[in-house]
Amino acid sequence: MNIAGHLPILVIIIPLISAVFIPLLGRINRSAVCYFVLSVTFLSFLISISLLSMVMTSGRISYRLGGWEPPWGIEYVVDYLSGFVLTVVSFISFIVSIYSKRSVEKEIDGSKIPAFYCIYMLFITGLMGIVITGDIFNLYVFIEISALSAYVLIAMGKKKAALLASYNYLILGTIAATFILLGIGHLYMATGSLNMADLSKRLPALYGSHVVRTAFVFFTIGLSLKMALYPLHIWLPDAHSTAPSVISALLAAAALKVGAYALLRVVFTVFTVDFVQNVVPATKVFLVLAVLAIIAGSVLTIAQTNIKRMLAYSSIGQMGYIILGAAIMNPIAMTGSLIHILNHALMKSTLFLVAGSILYKTGIEDISGLKGMGKRMPYTMAAFTIGALSMIGAPLTVGFVSKWYLAIGALRANMWYIIPVILLSSLLTAVYCWRIIETIYFHKAPEDESMMTYNGHSTVVNDAPAGMTVPTLVLASLCIVLGFAAFIPVTVVTSAANMLLGAN
Amino acid sequence: MIELILGKYNYWIYISLMMIGFYAMIAKENLIKKIIGLNIFQTAVFLFYISMAKVEGGTAPILWGKAVIYDNPLPHTLMLTGIVVSVSTTAVALALVIRIYKAYGTIEEDKLLEMGDK
Repeated sequence: MNIAGHLPILVIIIPLISAVFIPLLGRINRSAVCYFVLSVTFLSFLISISLLSMVMTSGRISYRLGGWEPPWGIEYVVDYLSGFVLTVVSFISFIVSIYSKRSVEKEIDGSKIPAFYCIYMLFITGLMGIVITGDIFNLYVFIEISALSAYVLIAMGKKKAALLASYNYLILGTIAATFILLGIGHLYMATGSLNMADLSKRLPALYGSHVVRTAFVFFTIGLSLKMALYPLHIWLPDAHSTAPSVISALLAAAALKVGAYALLRVVFTVFTVDFVQNVVPATKVFLVLAVLAIIAGSVLTIAQTNIKRMLAYSSIGQMGYIILGAAIMNPIAMTGSLIHILNHALMKSTLFLVAGSILYKTGIEDISGLKGMGKRMPYTMAAFTIGALSMIGAPLTVGFVSKWYLAIGALRANMWYIIPVILLSSLLTAVYCWRIIETIYFHKAPEDESMMTYNGHSTVVNDAPAGMTVPTLVLASLCIVLGFAAFIPVTVVTSAANMLLGAN
Repeated sequence: MIELILGKYNYWIYISLMMIGFYAMIAKENLIKKIIGLNIFQTAVFLFYISMAKVEGGTAPILWGKAVIYDNPLPHTLMLTGIVVSVSTTAVALALVIRIYKAYGTIEEDKLLEMGDK
C-alpha cells in the first residue's frame, strides 16, 4: 500500500478518529490524554509539511475519496495555497497543544478535560478539512464541524459571560453557514456541479446570470462573517476574550485565518479575477471594507482595558490587512496578504499565549495590573514585547514583512492612498501596544499583599512553568526568525499568489 | 406576473419562511424563541434545495423501478447532511441555553444584557 498517496486523507482522518478515542483514553488515564493529543497534532504537522514539500516538487495533488473521479466524487486538493495554510494551522495547533497541558489543567474542570480535548481535536479536524477540500459542499460540512466545536470550546471558558458569547457566536455563525449553504445551492442550480475546479470551468459562461451573482453575494457575506470582516465582527471580541486561553489563541491564529482562506478560495478559485473585477465591483467593496476594518479595528482596540479583549479587537484590523492585499489585486500585494496569514497567526498566538500565562500565574486580566511585570515574568514579557513589536510592524519582525509587501503592492497598483492607511494603523497599533510595554517595564510594581507572598519581594522572578513559557518563546522567536528569513515562506506564498490571480 | 407568483410559489414560501426565521432571530428577546427562529431559517433552506431538485412529472429516482423521468436525488442527499447539521446546532444551542439559565437565572436577552453590564 502506498501511504504517501493517501496523505491528503490521513491528515484529516487521523485527528478525526483520535477524537473518538480521547474520551475512552480519558477513562483509563486522564493525564495521558494531553500527550496523545500532542502526538496526533505533531503527526498532522509532519504530514502537512510533507504534503507541502510534495507540492513544491511535483505540483498540485488531487486525492479522490473512495476512488470516485471528480467532479462526481469528493476531491481533496493540496496546492501551494492550501498546503501553506494547512502547515500554518497544524503548526499552530501543535505548539498550542504543548502549551495547553498546564493551562487546561488550571482552566478546565478535571473531569471535563477528556471531553475538552475530544472537541479540540474535532475543531482542528474541521479547520484542516476546510483548507484541504476541493468540494464546495464538503467545505460547508467542515465549516460546520469547526464552528460547532468552537461554540462548545468557547462555552467552556471560566466566566459566565463565555456562555452568552458562545450563544451569540452560535446564532451569527449559523446565519453565516446557512448563507454559505444558500450560495452553494445557487451555484448548484446554475451549474449542476459541486467540485470547485469544475465550477470554475463552468461558471464563466454563466457570469451574466442573476443566480450566479446571488450565489456570490451569499458566499461573500457568509464567509466575511466567519472571518469577522468589519462590520460583521460583533461576535468576535466576546467569543475570543471569554474562551479558555488555549482556545483564544487557536481561534485567533487558526480559525480566523481559515475563514480568510475560504473567502480567498471561493472568490479567486471558484469565481475568478475576471468576475470580481469586471462583472461585480467586488474588489472595490473589499478595498473599502478592508480600509474601514484596519482603521476602525485599531481605534476600537485602543479603547480596551482588558488584555484578552484588546488582543481580540486587534484581530479585526489585522484581518483587514489580509483582505486589503487581496483587494489590491496584484501578485505583490497578494503575497503580502497571504504571508500575513502566517505572520498574524504567529504573533497573535504568541500574544494570546502570553495573556494565558499571565492569567495562569497571577489571575490578572487588566492592563493596569501588569505594572512591574517585566521583572516578575521576564521570559513571558520578552515574548510579549516581540509579539507587540511585530504587530506594530517594526523592521526585522514578521509584521514588517507583510506590511512591506502590502505597501509595495499598493504603490505598484497606483493606490498611493493605501500607504497612509497602513502608516496610520501602525501608529495606532503602536499606541495600544506601547501602552502595555510601558506598563510592563517602566511602571513600578505596587507593593500590595498579593506580591508579598513571593518572599516579600515584588521583583522576584516567577515565570510561568516551562511547559507554557517554552512554546510561547518558540512562537515569539519565529516572529523574529521569519522576519529575517522571510524568503522561506515568501517563495511558497508567491507561487500561491500567482496561482490565485491566474493569468495576471 | 401571475406566472412569476404562482408558478414559483415554493420559492416564495422559502423566502417568506427564511425572513420569518431571520426576524425571530433578530427581534425576539427569549433565547429559546431565537433558536426556533434559527430552525425555521434553516428549514427554509431545505425547502429551497428540494424545490430545486424537482423535475416536472418526475418520480423518486429508483433504479429498478420504471423511473424514466425522475427528480434530481443529489440535493435531497445534501439536505440529509443539512438536517444533521441543523439538529446538532439545535442541540448545542439548547444545551447552552440550559447552562445560561443555570448561571443567570433568566433567558430573556434584555435582562441578561443588564446583568452583563454590572
